[in-house]
Amino acid sequence: MKAWNTWERVLLALLVLLLVVFGITQPGFMSADTLADSTFNFSEKGLLALAIALLIVCGEIDLSIAAILALCSLAMGYSMRAGLGPWGIAGAALVTGVVAGGFNGVLVTRYKLPSIVVTIGTLSLYRGLALVVLGDQSISGYPEVFSTLGNSYLGEVIGVRWLIVPIEFVLLCVFALAVGLVLHRTIMGRRIYAIGANPVAARFSGIEADRYRFALFVFAGLMAAVAAILLTGRIGSTRPNIAMGWELDAITMVILGGVAIEGGRGSIVGTMLAVLILGLFTFGMGMANVTGIVMSMVIGILLIVSMVLPRMLKRQRAHE
Amino acid sequence: MKNLLTIRREWLLLGIIVVIALAVGARAPVFLTLRNGMDIANDSAILAILVMGQMMVLLTRGIDLSVASNLALTGMVCALVGKAFPGVNIVILIAIALAVGALLGSVNGWLITGFNLPPIVVTLGTLSAYRGAIFVASKGAWISDQDIHVAIKGLPREVWLGLPALVWFALIVLALSAVFLKLRKEGREIYALGGNPHAATYVGISVPSRLRLVYTLSGMLAGLAGLLWVGRYSIAYTELAAGYELTVVAACVIGGVSIGGGVGTVLGAALGVLFIGVVNGALPVIQVSPFWQQAISGAVILISVTVNSRSERRAGRQILERQGVLA
Repeated sequence: MKAWNTWERVLLALLVLLLVVFGITQPGFMSADTLADSTFNFSEKGLLALAIALLIVCGEIDLSIAAILALCSLAMGYSMRAGLGPWGIAGAALVTGVVAGGFNGVLVTRYKLPSIVVTIGTLSLYRGLALVVLGDQSISGYPEVFSTLGNSYLGEVIGVRWLIVPIEFVLLCVFALAVGLVLHRTIMGRRIYAIGANPVAARFSGIEADRYRFALFVFAGLMAAVAAILLTGRIGSTRPNIAMGWELDAITMVILGGVAIEGGRGSIVGTMLAVLILGLFTFGMGMANVTGIVMSMVIGILLIVSMVLPRMLKRQRAHE
Repeated sequence: MKNLLTIRREWLLLGIIVVIALAVGARAPVFLTLRNGMDIANDSAILAILVMGQMMVLLTRGIDLSVASNLALTGMVCALVGKAFPGVNIVILIAIALAVGALLGSVNGWLITGFNLPPIVVTLGTLSAYRGAIFVASKGAWISDQDIHVAIKGLPREVWLGLPALVWFALIVLALSAVFLKLRKEGREIYALGGNPHAATYVGISVPSRLRLVYTLSGMLAGLAGLLWVGRYSIAYTELAAGYELTVVAACVIGGVSIGGGVGTVLGAALGVLFIGVVNGALPVIQVSPFWQQAISGAVILISVTVNSRSERRAGRQILERQGVLA
C-alpha cells in the first residue's frame, strides 16, 4: 500500500490552501510562534488517531480509546497520591493503558466479538469507572516534570533558543514516523493491510490475524496512556470527563486522512495530514472567534464531503 | 431452533430484571410501589421510542449514531416554533417533530445508499453536523421553562386511562414496530437483508429503498422523542441529550439485537430498555452513587454480547482453530 497517493496530494493541497486563507484573513496566524502554539490542541488527539488508523486499516475500531485515556489519567492521580515519583506515575499510566487495551483485545480475539460493540461497552465501563472513583472531584498537583512535558518547547529544554517546537508535537512526529515506517515499510505493516482487506484470505495465508489484532488493541491502549501523560501534564489535573468525546475526533481525523472504514486501505501520511488540517482549522477558527460547536459542525460536514467527493468524481469519470 | 434460543434469551433477561427489582424491593420496599414503577416507565418511554428506530437500523447491519443529535435538533426546532407561534397546537407540533426528524434521518439514508458510504461514518458526520445546527438555529441560547410552549410542556404530563402520555406513546411505537417487523412485507425484508444482503438482492428486495426507509424511520422516531424530551424536561439547549446515542445502542445490545444484523425482536429490545430503566431507578433507592450507572451499563453490554455470541457465532470465520479452546 503506497503511503503517497492521490488522496494525500489532495490533503496536502487542502493544507496549503488552509494556511494561505488563514494567513491572509487572520493577521498573526502565519508566525512561527502561533503555528507552534497551535500544535498543542491537536498533538494528543493525533496520537490517538495514529492508533485508530492502524486499527481501522486492520478492520477493527476502538471507540473506548478516550475513555482509556481518562482511566490512565486517573491511574496517574492515584499513583501520585500513593507517593510514587514521576517514573512511577508515568509507569502507572502505561500499565493501565496496556491492561485496558489488552482487555478490549481479549474480548475481540478470544470471544470473537465485533470490536465496535466491545468498545462501546468498554467505553461506558472505563468512563464509568473513572466517574465512580472520582465523582465530581479532580486530582491536581502533579510533579513539575509533567507540566514541562505538556507545556514546554523542545528548544527550552535542550537549550537551543530558536527551536520553538512543543515537546508534545515532537513526540507526535516521532510516533507518526515510527508507526508510518512499520505500516508502510515492514512485513508486519503489509500483514495489517492484508488482514483488513480480507481476514479470511489472510488467515489462509498463514497470518496470525488475532495476534495482530490483539497487539493493535494493546498499542491503542499504550497511545492513550502516552496521550494521558501529555494531556494531564498540560492541563495539570485529572477529571473524570477528561478527553470526553475525543474518540470521535480521532476517528474523524483518520477517515478524513483517507483510511477506508471497511479496512485494508489508507496511509499514515494521509492521517497525519488530516491531523494537521483539522488541528490548524480548529485553531484558526478559534482565532476568528468561532464557537467550538460550530467548528465541530463544519468538521462533521467536511467528513461527509471528504467521502462523497471522491465517489462523485469516480462516477463522473465512469460516465465519460 | 434459533427461535427457541431467542425466546429463552428474552425470558432470561426478564428473569434478571425481576430478580433485580425484587432484590432492591427487599431492601427498600418503596421500589416496588406502583408510583415508582410509573416513574421508571416514564423515564424509559423516550428511550424505548429511540430504541425501536435504532433496532431497525441495526437489523440492516447499519448503525445510527446521529439519533441523539437529531433528537436535540428536532426538539430545538419544536421549541422555537412554539416560541414564535403561540397559537400552534400539539397536533401540528407532533407533525413538525415527525417531519423534521424524518427529514434528518432521510439525509443519512440518502448519503448511505446514494454514495454507498458506511453508515457508521455517515452518522458520525451528521452527529456533529446536526449538533452544530442546533447552535446555529438557537444562536447558542437556551430555551428555558417559561419560553417552552404550553402544549409541549403539557403533553408528557397528560394522563390517559391511568397511564402517562409518554408511556402511551412508547406503547404505540412498540406495537406499530412489532406489527411492521412481524407482519408487513417491508419488515420481513429488513430481517432478510440484514441476515444476508446478497441473497436479499437476488430474491428481488430493493436494498437501497429499504435502507432509506429504516434511516428515515429512525430519524422520525428520534424527532418524536425530541419533542417529548423537550416537553418532559422543559428545556432545549445545544448539548441536550449529548452522548445519548450510546445508551440507545446499549439498550439494543442488552436486548439481544445483534450489531451484525438480522437478529433482534421488539420484545427483546423493550426488555433491554426496561433493564436500563430498572437499574437506573434502583441505584438511588439503594443509595449507590449514580456514577455507577455508566459503568454498570458498560459491563452489562459486554456480558450480554459475550452471551449472545455463543448462539450466533458464524461457522468458518476462523480456520485452524485449536479444538476445545473456544468451546
